[in-house]
Amino acid sequence: MSVPAPAASQVNSRRTTELFLLVFAWGISVAAYANAGYGVTDEWPPGLAGYATTLGAYCLVAHLAVRQFARYADPLVLPAVMLLQGLGLALIYRLDLDEKNPTERSFGPLAPRGDSGIQLIWAAIGILLFVAVLVAIRDHRVLQRYTYTAGAAGLVLLALPALLPAQYSQVNGARIWVRFSGFSIQPGEFAKLLLIVFFAGYLVVKRDVLALASRRVMGIDLPRGRDLGPIIVAWAASLMILIAERDLGSSLLFFGVFVVLLYIATERTSWLLFGVVMFVSGAYFAYSQFAHVHRRVEIWLHPFDPDYVSDASYQLVQSLFGFSTGGILGTGLGQGRPNIVPYANTDFILATGGEELGLTGLMAIIVLYGVIVHRGLRTALAARDSFGKLLAAGLAVIVALQVFVVVGGVTRLIPLTGLTTPFLSYGGSSLVANWALVALILRVSDAARRPAPPPTPSTEAETMVVKP
Amino acid sequence: MNRPLRRVAAACGLLMVLLLLNLNFIQVIKADEYRNDPKNARVLLEQYDRQRGAILVANDPIAFSRETGDKLKYLRIYADGKIYAFATGYYSHIFGRSGIERSEDSILSGNDDRLFVRRIVDLLTRESTQGGSVKLTLNADAQKAAYRGLDGRRGAVVALEPATGRILTMVSSPSFDPNDLADHNGQKVTNAWQRYNSDDQSPLLNRAFNQTYPPGSTFKLVTAAAALSSGRYTVNGEVPGPARLDLPLTNVDLPNYFSGTCTPGSQTTTIKRALEKSCNTTFGAIGMDLGDDVLREQAEAFGFGERYEVPIPVVASIFPNDLNAPQTAQSAIGQFDVRATPLQMAMVVAAIANQGVLMKPYLVEEVRAPDLDVLSRTDPEELGRAVRPQVAADLASMMVSVVENGTGSNARISGVRVGGKTGTAQVGNGRNPHAWFVAFAPADNPKIAIAVVLENGGSERQIEVGGNLLAAPIARAVMEAILGR
Repeated sequence: MSVPAPAASQVNSRRTTELFLLVFAWGISVAAYANAGYGVTDEWPPGLAGYATTLGAYCLVAHLAVRQFARYADPLVLPAVMLLQGLGLALIYRLDLDEKNPTERSFGPLAPRGDSGIQLIWAAIGILLFVAVLVAIRDHRVLQRYTYTAGAAGLVLLALPALLPAQYSQVNGARIWVRFSGFSIQPGEFAKLLLIVFFAGYLVVKRDVLALASRRVMGIDLPRGRDLGPIIVAWAASLMILIAERDLGSSLLFFGVFVVLLYIATERTSWLLFGVVMFVSGAYFAYSQFAHVHRRVEIWLHPFDPDYVSDASYQLVQSLFGFSTGGILGTGLGQGRPNIVPYANTDFILATGGEELGLTGLMAIIVLYGVIVHRGLRTALAARDSFGKLLAAGLAVIVALQVFVVVGGVTRLIPLTGLTTPFLSYGGSSLVANWALVALILRVSDAARRPAPPPTPSTEAETMVVKP
Repeated sequence: MNRPLRRVAAACGLLMVLLLLNLNFIQVIKADEYRNDPKNARVLLEQYDRQRGAILVANDPIAFSRETGDKLKYLRIYADGKIYAFATGYYSHIFGRSGIERSEDSILSGNDDRLFVRRIVDLLTRESTQGGSVKLTLNADAQKAAYRGLDGRRGAVVALEPATGRILTMVSSPSFDPNDLADHNGQKVTNAWQRYNSDDQSPLLNRAFNQTYPPGSTFKLVTAAAALSSGRYTVNGEVPGPARLDLPLTNVDLPNYFSGTCTPGSQTTTIKRALEKSCNTTFGAIGMDLGDDVLREQAEAFGFGERYEVPIPVVASIFPNDLNAPQTAQSAIGQFDVRATPLQMAMVVAAIANQGVLMKPYLVEEVRAPDLDVLSRTDPEELGRAVRPQVAADLASMMVSVVENGTGSNARISGVRVGGKTGTAQVGNGRNPHAWFVAFAPADNPKIAIAVVLENGGSERQIEVGGNLLAAPIARAVMEAILGR
């Protein structure tokens, strides 16, 4: 006789744990914000109470939405995200304050002031989207129905900036924007989510064929072209678009996620080897054919070369100086000079963190990302359906890769590619899209951790048992 | 699908570990190297957060830091910037430092170990650290007289106190304004820098310390010193003094700048008379007779061949090696490849005025803590004996005679006995010769030894008189300033 599954009410949903952790994240965030203001101006930020209330409201709304619509979701993800969001806001606010300073500006380009206020609005939009996703998508398997729609929509969004005239799409060399009447978004950030849905939906259907029906060519099992066709087309199209848009970082992300999902779906290690070979040859091709890729690699290899140091590699070198100036404990919020690094509040926000929060603070931030990725992958493991597994895994892996590419880039572990740091960097599209991503992870997690419905009581079963 | 998922999770973990290791590498292992890198703009901004110490002449600050409203908290200001430019140097957030700003940076910035305890106290009391100050040996009146005398022409003036080696005057001309380079506006600084660097008068070149010139006839003092020291010559003994000196191995002669013999109607003369009239033939002949090694040893006894740090670095003056007879004759009158800084020629005169003892030149009188406690005071230091006291006395009296009876008439100061020597160094290529004048005063108790050079100052027709005409009045003005005349 099987043990009856516990009733729903008996499973601890851990929502109270989440609330407690959210209060903690809120407290740290508000303290960081106050500290940043005090550090720069020697006065408490004028709108501190209002800021604390707003951030508290954000936490509360997100928490209540999860409690209501994803009751069994993982309790660690939301607090980790909220803490990163709060730290990001504090760092952006801190950089805003410095922008009032005319002298320091001569060390780097001028960024618009008041970014933290705008970012606070973007966070609100992000959290609203988070709630909307939880409300609208009550079961993630619904998404599987829209596999091809998502794929097509993703490609269109991705291609949009490349199709628009440069004046509407180009910012600092990369054509990844859509700008209209003073407002700009990066559609690629949303395309990311749609394409993962497509990858997961397609692979879940074709995984058996991909894994089994194959021809052996030179000792390697290759799937039949018609099974792999659509996904290769979609993937290659996205890569070509990104290359056209000069978005190296996103190219890398798509490639990585694609290969990893293929590996998970088919359980075949040969895909990974395949992926590595393709990546290496593709990277070499890009290095030898595209001047801007070549340049990135050169800067990475020789950042202190006198030819680069005051120009091409200035940003990277000043970022390294920022990290090392911070050292183990950091200068303290508001006590460093992070504005020396150009684009300190977007691509290089980690250099700001590294200078003022130190190694200690950065390790905590990396660990927070680690928690999000870890909980995402655990969700994938626990998910009961293949689509859910692939979806959660894809979302978690893309966060992991993005963090690796960004942090590795600004710390000179790998060549620099322009990507945002999820939840920390200033920028609306990335923030809002990542909030939607978190909602999807929580949605799958809710399904995975939800207790199975109790079996229908049946008296008939007993009669079937043949008793000795 | 769980097995590959677990592997992917492990791989993601590995990526995070790589990031953490790399962060530790940068923020712990490489931290000091990067943090102190001169290209790190933070290092500089840090410096501007402290009040840098002043550079003083007598008790007046000629360089000091004033608080501003901007993020570079202190602005460096130079009073009489152009007059003291090569002593103070500049302090620029873009182009670094020079002069005393560079040589004494640790004390001015407050990083010096002697200020360590004060820094700790400042840290505890949350006072911002201040730099110590540096008092120079310069004399304000003499400095101004020299700057006015040069009047923007290319040249330099260096004056020493013979008994100690204190540098009383150090002016190079044309000069620059260090305020232009200390400005906090990066664009202004860059513009000024480019303007100074593209100026064909080289206003950033310190001609007193970093430029060597052929010393011309002023080098006859060194040749005379070698002759008297050898014991084979006396002040009034008979020496050759023809109108033209035949140079062996060549078909050219060495002529006097004036036509005729040193002593009219005679092929011989005395060293005293030869120095008064600045006869080339006599000193050429003596040089060939003594040989280049003896001349070189004498030059080195006066300080040639050495680099000095006063503490601003000074380039070495040169007496060339491996000379044949005609080259030796040319070198004996300060031509050929002999090169000397204005400081070096001032040292030659100072040693003669100081009974033959050569003192180490220095520019820093005192180093003071922020609270004006004297941390250290420079003690005069002997570099060695250039000539015997008797030889020094002979040379000194001959120099007085140069001013009183010879070519150095423009250095006369009423009521003061002045010793001097003119020089006009030919530079070839049809360019005008450099005009030199070296001197000391008063003769009986020398307070100042001075060297003045004006680049291409003389004219071909004014050979030899160029030194007296152009350089001697500047020397006189500076000496009067020191002597209070």
